[in-house]
Amino acid sequence: MFDNVWLIPLFPFIGFLINGLLGKKIKNETVIGGIGAVTVLGSFIVSCMTILKLLSLPGEERLAEVKVFTWITSGNFNADIAFLIDPLSCIMLMVVTGVGFLIHVYSIGYMHGEEGFYRFFAYLNLFTFSMLLLVMGNNLLLMFVGWEGVGLCSYLLIGYYFHKKSAGDAGKKAFVMNRVGDFGFLLGAFTLYWFMGQNHNVWTIQFTEMAKSSHLLPTGGIVTIITLCFFVGATGKSAQIPLYTWLPDAMEGPTPVSALIHAATMVTAGVYMIARMNYLFIRSPETLMVVAVIGACTALFAATIGTAQNDIKRVLAYSTVSQLGYMFLAMGAGAFAAGIFHLMTHAFFKACLFLGSGAVIHSMHHALHHVHSHDDAQDMRNMGGLKSKMPLTFLTFLLATIAIAGIPGFSGFFSKDEILWQAFSNPHHGGLNLLLWGFGAVAAGLTAFYMFRLVFMTFYGECRITPKAKDHLHESPMVIVFPLIVLAALSVVGGYIGIPKVIGDTLGGIPNYFEHYLEPVFKYSHEYMAQHAAHGGHHSVALEWGLMGLSVLIALAGITVAFTMYVKNTELPARFTAAFPALHRAVFNKWFIDELYDFVFVNPCKAFGRFLWKGFDVVVVDGIVNGVAKVVMGFSGVFRYMQSGLIHNYAWTMAFGVVVILGYYVFK
Amino acid sequence: MSNLLSLTTFLPILGVLLLLFIPKDSKAVLRGVAFVVTVVTFLVSLPILTGFRTNAEFQFVENVPWIAAGPFFMRYNIGIDGISLWLVILTTFIMPLAVLSTWTAVEEKVKEYMICLLLLETGMLGAFISLDLFLFYIFWEVMLIPMYFIIGIWGGKNKIYAAVKFFIFTMVGSLLMLVALIFLYFKGINAGITDFSLLHFFDLKLDLATQTWLFLAFALAFAIKVPMFPLHTWLPDAHTEAPTAGSVILAAILLKMGTYGYVRFAMPLFPEAAYKFAPLIATLAVIGIIYAALVAMVQEDVKKLVAYSSVAHLGFVMLGVFAFNEQGITGGLLQMLNHGVSTGALFLIVGFIYERRHTRLITDFGGLSKQMPVFATIFMIVTLSSIGLPGTNGFVGEFLVLLGGFESELRWWTVVAASGVILSAVYMLWMFQRVMFGELDNPKNQKLTDLNAREIAIMVPLIALIFIMGVYPNPFIEKMDPAVKKLVSQVRPAAMTARQMPSAPALPAGHPMVAPTAEHGSAAPAAVVNPH
Repeated sequence: MFDNVWLIPLFPFIGFLINGLLGKKIKNETVIGGIGAVTVLGSFIVSCMTILKLLSLPGEERLAEVKVFTWITSGNFNADIAFLIDPLSCIMLMVVTGVGFLIHVYSIGYMHGEEGFYRFFAYLNLFTFSMLLLVMGNNLLLMFVGWEGVGLCSYLLIGYYFHKKSAGDAGKKAFVMNRVGDFGFLLGAFTLYWFMGQNHNVWTIQFTEMAKSSHLLPTGGIVTIITLCFFVGATGKSAQIPLYTWLPDAMEGPTPVSALIHAATMVTAGVYMIARMNYLFIRSPETLMVVAVIGACTALFAATIGTAQNDIKRVLAYSTVSQLGYMFLAMGAGAFAAGIFHLMTHAFFKACLFLGSGAVIHSMHHALHHVHSHDDAQDMRNMGGLKSKMPLTFLTFLLATIAIAGIPGFSGFFSKDEILWQAFSNPHHGGLNLLLWGFGAVAAGLTAFYMFRLVFMTFYGECRITPKAKDHLHESPMVIVFPLIVLAALSVVGGYIGIPKVIGDTLGGIPNYFEHYLEPVFKYSHEYMAQHAAHGGHHSVALEWGLMGLSVLIALAGITVAFTMYVKNTELPARFTAAFPALHRAVFNKWFIDELYDFVFVNPCKAFGRFLWKGFDVVVVDGIVNGVAKVVMGFSGVFRYMQSGLIHNYAWTMAFGVVVILGYYVFK
Repeated sequence: MSNLLSLTTFLPILGVLLLLFIPKDSKAVLRGVAFVVTVVTFLVSLPILTGFRTNAEFQFVENVPWIAAGPFFMRYNIGIDGISLWLVILTTFIMPLAVLSTWTAVEEKVKEYMICLLLLETGMLGAFISLDLFLFYIFWEVMLIPMYFIIGIWGGKNKIYAAVKFFIFTMVGSLLMLVALIFLYFKGINAGITDFSLLHFFDLKLDLATQTWLFLAFALAFAIKVPMFPLHTWLPDAHTEAPTAGSVILAAILLKMGTYGYVRFAMPLFPEAAYKFAPLIATLAVIGIIYAALVAMVQEDVKKLVAYSSVAHLGFVMLGVFAFNEQGITGGLLQMLNHGVSTGALFLIVGFIYERRHTRLITDFGGLSKQMPVFATIFMIVTLSSIGLPGTNGFVGEFLVLLGGFESELRWWTVVAASGVILSAVYMLWMFQRVMFGELDNPKNQKLTDLNAREIAIMVPLIALIFIMGVYPNPFIEKMDPAVKKLVSQVRPAAMTARQMPSAPALPAGHPMVAPTAEHGSAAPAAVVNPH
């Protein structure tokens, strides 16, 4: 039935091979970009066919595994190259190939004229391939292959402008921090495999097998350890506290990369992984709490930093970290479907925002280049008034901003509101729920604030670029604008497939299609909850409406503050900074977390390495070795006189010996 | 056909005879002949691979009486199983590449150099195929001498120190091994064994005290060769001073002698002792992984960095092998091959830039990617393989090692070792960044030329292997699997009984790690056949 799904990852891989090996010879940008985009389009088409087939099946039969070949077998361990098709992986397929295709198209325009154009598309295809392995892999190890593969592509693409030191640094930082997470992933996988095998003789790393045997697992205990290890992996990949600092630096990469990898797809891998193994996470209340708390804290913490950044992409980067925090909050609340829903809507509006910012940067860069100015094309303080210059970009950007700010009717509202409500009403965290909701709601206010601050600084007010350069600002070509329009449209309407129950009921019983669709994936968790957990307190519909209204009000307040500060009284921010210099400095410098990590981890590690080398290797081990050699030489320095080859030495020695022996006998 | 192993092993010697008749000034001819000889050796070795039947038996066996002196009977007894098969192929595969790499690098005493390389090949092949303990010892020593000359004559500034250090370190171990060998032989005679054939000694039931002493002697010799922390300090010196081909062979093949020695001799001959010392060896292996990674991180010389990374990689091999289960040993063996391919390739890469710039200091480089795009791509792939990225060979081995370790009693050791995957990414990528990325600001680097056809030809087979072994490792695993199963069956029961013994009488004190983890261990799974 799903026999052709292996084509989905294969297409981008072929694209990678063609562009990677021959791209330098092809030279023609249209051909290279065409290959890059068409291969992903091919994957998208097959993905669409796959999801249609899946939907044609009854709910409980929506699961298929397609084996390609046996990869590693050793003893009781077996890992296949095999793909898993179920509602969850199909959703991810649609997001990865759909959004991915749009970004490939956009890149053709955006990367025009760049040195290494072919290299960019080769990497981008390789990324898509890895990401598809990640979401389609039917076992932990294949997922891990994709997991590391996307990390590699992220590294390569962040360091795309490798001649810049900051780009190289950022790439390396991303890779290493991801590796810290991978370490956790591996340990989690080992522990799970070993525990299930040892105690229940189930030696498997296949997701479906694991799900079927999940009833054998205890609640808490070892499961907490396993899930926490996996969660460490998720914090690395999805940029959560404490491993989030690589993501803002990752903005060194070209903007399409930020949109695809660092917003829409790769960074959501951690969320996907938890959803994929929901039956594990649901069995550990402790882990769920950690996930929820980390998620809520990240959502809030990153949002605070976002309010003070002037680089347009950095604002979006912190926004991404913050939004990922929401997704983890949902996961921690056991609301897996809500988290995946937000993952999807976020992919739409954040990709739109990043690509929009890319269009702005592109235009700014072009204009500044024309007048030989070295001003920063990404600094919002140089922008302003772009609304009239780039009307389409502005419009799409505004729609996506409204979506992320959580204004009712737009996609972000539905998904974010569902998460906030689940955070408040879930049965897992008792008294903590109010706090989780509070963090989420405040972060929502900050989100609205910094996003509209960005819009106002960029598109409204006076144009702060030099007048000469101003004339060179213009709207981007169609190849760039088209993806923006599609994504903006999705940001607006994408939420209607998952209307929260309370709204749906009021509107005359519209079901939450999305949640219903994902139902089979989370059935083990739902069964578990039905058996074990005490149900959360019953909350009145009025309360839910009230909280929803409150969060909307908070968002509106954020927008109003932004409007006041950046449109009406533009001197307010400066006054604010002057009034709280320390606070501003701390927020502006990202709470000095990078400096802290350098101080606590990086520098001591280097110093310790240096000590081991110069101190231990050279002094202790080689000291002993050379010392032995010296001792031997010392002795031989003495004893060599015994064989000097000089007759008179021997004669003297003999004479001395004779005297000694005679003396011995004489005086005995 | 039946003499295939002998033919492969001694073809290089024939090559040496040929070289003797070539005037020493005809360098091109000398190089050409040496290259052809190694290629022919590789081709001749291929039927061994294709003709190898996937079972646990020793194959291509040749067994004839050799020396009879007093009470000593040595036989020319050779053969291979799934464990040595791949090492033989690795050796014949690497040698042509090594010869090719010296095409322009060595200009002095070309004749002697080529002779040394070919002698070395015979020594290494002989050691891998010997099934007679004494024969093994002979080949083991034969390897030592050409390598000593290669470092001492064609090496860098500090070559004499490095060569002597290499020689003495290895010699100390070898001599202990020789003593142990003779002692073992007399033990064997008492039990009715009449010659040095390895297979006979497998059935010898030694008491734990004897095993312990013999194991320690063998283990020390092998540990120096591996090299294991803290006996590793000869390696960075040897590598930095050796010419490129020397480093390649040293890393790719010679170091494997140590780990091979454990798998072939020390473990199956003295299983109880090996099991008793597993925690100690695992501890040293894990220290080696972390320690070498930290030291590699701060190296200023690229070659030294790669040398230290070798120490870390071989720590993984040792950890896997001493997990005493199928995954661990398979992973260890794979990792031996992987290390041969990846680190061999890394040393070749270092050789390429050294030949161009006559420096290996990281600070002398930067931004080379711009000037040498092909080189950059190849370097990147090899780097990724070295840090064990999935899809490359390094991952499969490392993963199986960690999996095996985790299932064994060495769980906590494995957890620490796994953090090595973070550190390896740190030092390799940092080095790569400083050499290849950034501005091309050193004027001396601005005229660098990209790899030429010969250099690309050297790297292509290695790159291909990196991906083949990463994506489709099963053919490799399948061939070694029966032999690994047999090894596990040899060492595992011993391990089980050793665990049940309350305390070993003659065990030197001082490794308290055994007790706590041994009890709730997961011994059983290794022997269980995959239920799926």
